[in-house]
Amino acid sequence: MTAESADVRWTRKHLLSLEELSADEIRFVLDTADTFKEVSKRSIKKVPALRGRVMVNAFFEDSTRTRTSFSLAASRLSADVLDFSEKGSSVSKGETLIDTARNIEAMGVDIIVIRHPAPGAAVLLARHTQCSIVNAGDGAHEHPTQGLLDLYTIREKFGRIEGLKVAIVGDIVNSRVARSNLWGLTKLGAEVILVGPPTLVPKAFEKLGAKVVHDFDQIIGSVDVVNMLRVQFERIKSSQFPSVREFTRFFGLTQERFTRCKPGVFVMHPGPMNRGIEISSGIADGPQSGILQQVTNGLAVRMAVLYLVTQAGSATK
Amino acid sequence: MRNLYDKADVGRFLRHLVDGIAAEFPADQPLNIVGIRTRGELVAARLAGELSNRGFSHLGRGVLDITLYRDDLSEIGPGPMVRPTRLDIPLDANPCILVDDVLFTGRSVRAALNLLNDFGRPKVIRLAVLVDRNGRELPIQPDYVGLTLKDVQRDCRVNVHLVEKDGVDEVVVEPKGC
Repeated sequence: MTAESADVRWTRKHLLSLEELSADEIRFVLDTADTFKEVSKRSIKKVPALRGRVMVNAFFEDSTRTRTSFSLAASRLSADVLDFSEKGSSVSKGETLIDTARNIEAMGVDIIVIRHPAPGAAVLLARHTQCSIVNAGDGAHEHPTQGLLDLYTIREKFGRIEGLKVAIVGDIVNSRVARSNLWGLTKLGAEVILVGPPTLVPKAFEKLGAKVVHDFDQIIGSVDVVNMLRVQFERIKSSQFPSVREFTRFFGLTQERFTRCKPGVFVMHPGPMNRGIEISSGIADGPQSGILQQVTNGLAVRMAVLYLVTQAGSATK
Repeated sequence: MRNLYDKADVGRFLRHLVDGIAAEFPADQPLNIVGIRTRGELVAARLAGELSNRGFSHLGRGVLDITLYRDDLSEIGPGPMVRPTRLDIPLDANPCILVDDVLFTGRSVRAALNLLNDFGRPKVIRLAVLVDRNGRELPIQPDYVGLTLKDVQRDCRVNVHLVEKDGVDEVVVEPKGC
């Protein structure tokens, strides 16, 4: 527990982005997640905090980790979980997002976890429903719980975030993970370096407080953390991307490049991985990889988020 | 009714609790002392220290955070920090003294009992409180009591202050909102 967060109180009914959170609020979530990590180590990994509450996973895009992680987090808080997916729903009959959400809400739902291809989808729902809204990824805008779990994992590894040098590598322009990480890391005092080809890492990102570098090798030996992003083939326009082989050669975390990293470098990846493209298998599965730790911590972070937004939502009812 | 009990009084209440516990449990057998965060934890630490002075050699110590087990999520309002529960002790088959500063409605103790139950099955659970005040909403009664206050008005709070957190040892009865 950090001293600063002792007097902070959580008052947000929604989690929409890391951009809107203060450094103290981010630390508050991370500290709360510590408690939920303890819950996950008990023999009975379940607490009654959200008994009688209902959480809906409303996913308008595919997901494995995030969706199951939110479901399990809700179960461990004793909430009931409903799964909604676009396929096979009335969305295919032309129902609007707001109408869909209002209908879900009319069933007595407390929290809607939404993933949607349109940036701002979560904000839209927060304006038009009474539920707590948790953004699980809106287009290329933000993925705040991924940002939080990355921060949590880095803090757990190094004991701090301030002063660390973190490289986020790959397809930045299409990445909501990169944006959430950028906001969170800079607010907590880390130095963020965005790495990739100019087509995928525009200089405009420097306005958000990051350093933009197009030569991975230039910074490889100086960073404490390397966060390798997935090459999002489904989002990338062909003009943005050279070829897979060329990408790997210049921006992949290969074994050869890994040998030039700092000795204690911490390797992260939000998943799903393209093994052999942005990251070599041996490194992903190696001792300096935090990739599965990220998944484990994601559960604790999502428990914390669901608990906090529900508590704040209850207080405002 | 006095509305202030000072350092000497608090010392007397604590001794009274220790006397009761020492009379029931043998000093050479395992005994777990588990406090409810925040001030129950401090009272538990004092009790454990004193029991140790009296020759109790197998004391286990634990801390419960009952926030996630409360039944009034919608009433506690935004955000007091939830903190970890620490129970790295052999709970099963050993006696357990559950410790809190003030017993009022009984809802905290109910929550603590549920939490303990998720961790194991103590042989017996006894309840020790520094102050037992009126206002019970559940059928829960203490086994060891430092001070009994029978006619505190409903809109008054009984606050225990301890040196470790508040800089002074005292029990005060004051109107709510103070």
